[in-house]
Amino acid sequence: MARRALNRRAFLQLVGAGAGAAMLAACVPVTTPAPAEPTQPPEELPEAGATPTMAEVAVATPAGAAAEAAELTGELEIFSWWTSGGEVEALQALYDILAAQHPAITINNAALAGGQGQGGNMKALLETRMLGGQPPDSFQVHLGRELIDGHVIAGRMEPLDELYASEGWTEVFQPDVIEIASYEGHPWSVPVNIHRSNCLWYRPSRLETVGVTEPPATWDEFFEVAQKLKEKDIPAMAIGEQGGAGGFSGHILENILVSVLEPEAYRGLFDGTTPWDHEGVTKSLEIMNQIYDYANPDFPSTSWGDINDRFVADDGPAMMLMGDWTRGVLQSKGFADYHWTVAPGTQGLFMVLSDSFGLPKNAPHRDNAIAFLKVCGSREGQDAFNPIKVSISARTDADRTKYDEYLQEAMDDFANNEGVPSIQHGAAVKQSFLLDYDIALADLAANRDVEKCRGMLVEAAKVAEIMK
Amino acid sequence: MEKIASRERGGAAAPSLPVVAPRRRSWLRGDHLVAVLMLLPSIVAVAVFIYGFIIWTGYVSTVKWNTVVEDYSPVGLKNWIDLIRMDRFHWDMRNLLLYAAAFMSQCIIIGFFIAFLLDQRIKGEAFFRTIVVFPFAVSGVVTGVAWRWLMQPTTGINLLLRNLGIVDTRFAWNADPKLGILAISIAAAWQFTGYVMSLYLAGLRGISDEVREAARVDGAGTFALYRHIIIPLLMPVTFTAIVLTGMGSIRTFDLVVVLQGPAFSTDMLAFHMYQATFGLYRFSLGATIGFFMILLSALLVGPYLRSMGGSLET
Amino acid sequence: MRLERRLSRAPIYLALVAFSVFYLLPFYVMIITGLKPYEDLNVTRMWELPRGIHLEGLAEGWRWVAPNFRNSAMITIPAALLSSVLGSMNGYIFAKWRFPRSNLIFILFLVGMFLPYQGILIPLVRTLQLFHLYGSPIGLILVHCIFGIPITALLFRGYYVGIPNELVDAAKIDGCGFFGIYRRILLPISMPAFGVVLLWQFTSIWNDYLIGLVVLSSPRLAPINVAVQNIAGSWSVEWNVQMSAALIAAAPTIVVYLALGKLFMRGLLAGALKG
Repeated sequence: MARRALNRRAFLQLVGAGAGAAMLAACVPVTTPAPAEPTQPPEELPEAGATPTMAEVAVATPAGAAAEAAELTGELEIFSWWTSGGEVEALQALYDILAAQHPAITINNAALAGGQGQGGNMKALLETRMLGGQPPDSFQVHLGRELIDGHVIAGRMEPLDELYASEGWTEVFQPDVIEIASYEGHPWSVPVNIHRSNCLWYRPSRLETVGVTEPPATWDEFFEVAQKLKEKDIPAMAIGEQGGAGGFSGHILENILVSVLEPEAYRGLFDGTTPWDHEGVTKSLEIMNQIYDYANPDFPSTSWGDINDRFVADDGPAMMLMGDWTRGVLQSKGFADYHWTVAPGTQGLFMVLSDSFGLPKNAPHRDNAIAFLKVCGSREGQDAFNPIKVSISARTDADRTKYDEYLQEAMDDFANNEGVPSIQHGAAVKQSFLLDYDIALADLAANRDVEKCRGMLVEAAKVAEIMK
Repeated sequence: MEKIASRERGGAAAPSLPVVAPRRRSWLRGDHLVAVLMLLPSIVAVAVFIYGFIIWTGYVSTVKWNTVVEDYSPVGLKNWIDLIRMDRFHWDMRNLLLYAAAFMSQCIIIGFFIAFLLDQRIKGEAFFRTIVVFPFAVSGVVTGVAWRWLMQPTTGINLLLRNLGIVDTRFAWNADPKLGILAISIAAAWQFTGYVMSLYLAGLRGISDEVREAARVDGAGTFALYRHIIIPLLMPVTFTAIVLTGMGSIRTFDLVVVLQGPAFSTDMLAFHMYQATFGLYRFSLGATIGFFMILLSALLVGPYLRSMGGSLET
Repeated sequence: MRLERRLSRAPIYLALVAFSVFYLLPFYVMIITGLKPYEDLNVTRMWELPRGIHLEGLAEGWRWVAPNFRNSAMITIPAALLSSVLGSMNGYIFAKWRFPRSNLIFILFLVGMFLPYQGILIPLVRTLQLFHLYGSPIGLILVHCIFGIPITALLFRGYYVGIPNELVDAAKIDGCGFFGIYRRILLPISMPAFGVVLLWQFTSIWNDYLIGLVVLSSPRLAPINVAVQNIAGSWSVEWNVQMSAALIAAAPTIVVYLALGKLFMRGLLAGALKG
């Protein structure tokens, strides 16, 4: 009996010791193993045009301009959802430049992948932190309404006027872009790249099996080609609309909307001048509904992540309407049997979306955050980041030699075309409307009822107050 | 159950204790105080983290906080009325009923059946038992990831059935726009049946041989034995199983996230609430759904607790 | 039991084998997919065994989730142990120390088992921030212990109620107080109950998804099921890596279940969960 009693005591001690040891271990920070990265040789920071020096004082530490040259130390916590292949390395390229400038900063790359839609889990986590008044030093966010309606209106971000002025970004970013980034006359984040939404990726070999040598330029042409393909049992369009709000159809629809409504009426969708039950919207939904007839038959159970695998398969669909990050994904799969053009009906248009970083109020390491933002907006930073990410620089003075064939074409288009903001990727509308929009389209994909979908969109627009 | 308990411990030796002078009765009252004090931290924690939060949730459901800007202006039952009118909410309730019915019946019927089989004094009982309860150890996320592969219309189970020459099916499983929720209940039942089976097995073992012998003497066949004696005796287990599976149904979240089907075909309350709060930033709507879930749970739990209140006197 | 010998054995075994196949099927899929190289991942050949054992998927999966595995271990083990001990103490009090309203309080505790976590995320985070526990593993351990109070109390209480009061009274007469009774009478025979509770708590906490996601303020601290869900939903992670990550996530609870399984059954049989 005494022995049993001792065992009980030993048991309790073990519990206590175990718990204690574990708690001690909990105090030691867990570090993520850094993936092997290609390091960029640090270059001299080029001066981006005339820089008014007195504005520097406003953005530098309170100690004055002299302090700007001083060594920055401490941590820097950056939230993002960049965790796949090229994205991680692209972000690391930015970090490397920052590390070269300020080696004493410890960079904490807090990246959380996927989840519900793009960055869903990350957004939930970020929202919780922001609500609790504990923001990270900076976070990835789509340029435009996603940030503005998400955090600016709630009064949680600092305006970046001085930074834009001191770094000369007002000269070097396109007016369209600054427009998207701004609210009430102030810019609220720094775009680190520009992606294009209105791209049509197609497989020449698949099209040739029905004697088509040029990709369709209008939706009427598209359906002609699609019908030919259907007779040979080839899906015309790759769609991955799994889940209740996947967003894939949402991406396609925004390109249909801009081609049917034309840019001005399209923009009117977001400020109330074009109602969401406009006949152009109905026509766009009808086109979308028709596309489903020509999509890969398993589209309701193919996720956005899986669709690329479907596209590269031997029996895959002939075309896919998706943003230009697709190029990076296809490259990472070693796939080469494809080419690109603009989405049908959107010639001369560049549907813009952009990843950006802002400055939250009460950022724990404000100076480090500002240093990071400067790198994000710098020529060196963008030219290091974008070739890896397969997007184009947001600056008009990018070094073209660093960018590949597709990207150079994109840069030309960006300079010459008219820019329109993307719905699906946070530029044109607030996050909550986007979710309702995606839910409405998921309903269309499932129930194929145009009237119902339009009704849901109208309802969503009213709730989001972008329609009277 | 108690009989088993005391029988098991009947053999244990009485603990030998040091001989101490008997203490006065007032010391025992002191011990009651100690007991209460030891319980106090848990009471406080439960009061704050459970009841406090429930009340906060109920409160937020009556204010106007439906954008990123916190807004606590009272709006009475407006959020509730909005919720009841929502198409999505109707889907949620429909799915809950379908899911709960399917989940409960699978767990209870299959769980009981397997327990019955295992109770037959077969060889390898421990082996089979271990396998059947295996899935219980695994998380909802992992369950969902595995079953998502299985439920792909072009492969998975459909492919297996075709390869085996059984039937050429093209079920959409969780991608079915009307019945996707039932597919999710299959994955959920896969995970939880083992636990219910264990309960039934324990219950069956607790029914003494005398009872079975008496029934046999009275001329009852196996079927009658089970129908008239054993199943009624296992009512408490069935009751527990119903409550647990009912509760589980209301709270289903992880599986819905991973196995999400088209539109609202697999939507459930917990997921709707999560999306309302973190995707739509309609915090008050989210709180309304949350409080509704609590009310629903209370409805289910009420009878259970009342029965517990009865048995608490034992 | 002799009655049932009339039922022939064969159909019983057949049925059990069929059920076993059903319950093992997803594991089988996970394992063979995890062991395949990327090139072999083909929807039409999903059921085929891998040609040889390829560990790249497993290695890649581990690379993705190793830090999260560590996080989960750091949180789950202390939390399961602490909440079991706490539950044992609480169950003891409810079972053997009646005071006015103790039944009512017990029932009020039980209500906590039915709380939907989604509902209370915001106030939970705010409360933790108040105590400077938001974002720390200790905060998460504390949250799991608190949410485990009702179920652990229920399980232990059910178990201890089965211990005859005469034993307790005898100990009291012999001069044992509150702690003495616990140490000398109840604790020595609590092993089966600890088996049930530890298994349940370890499994619940390790398998948790939502609380770990929200209470920990940074993705680096995320527990493993959060990580698996992210991989499963992400862009360009291959199936074999996803399955490997899922297997890695499932392994510890399976191991714990296999180790404590017998204790678990004993505990159930001894009435730990009273209907």
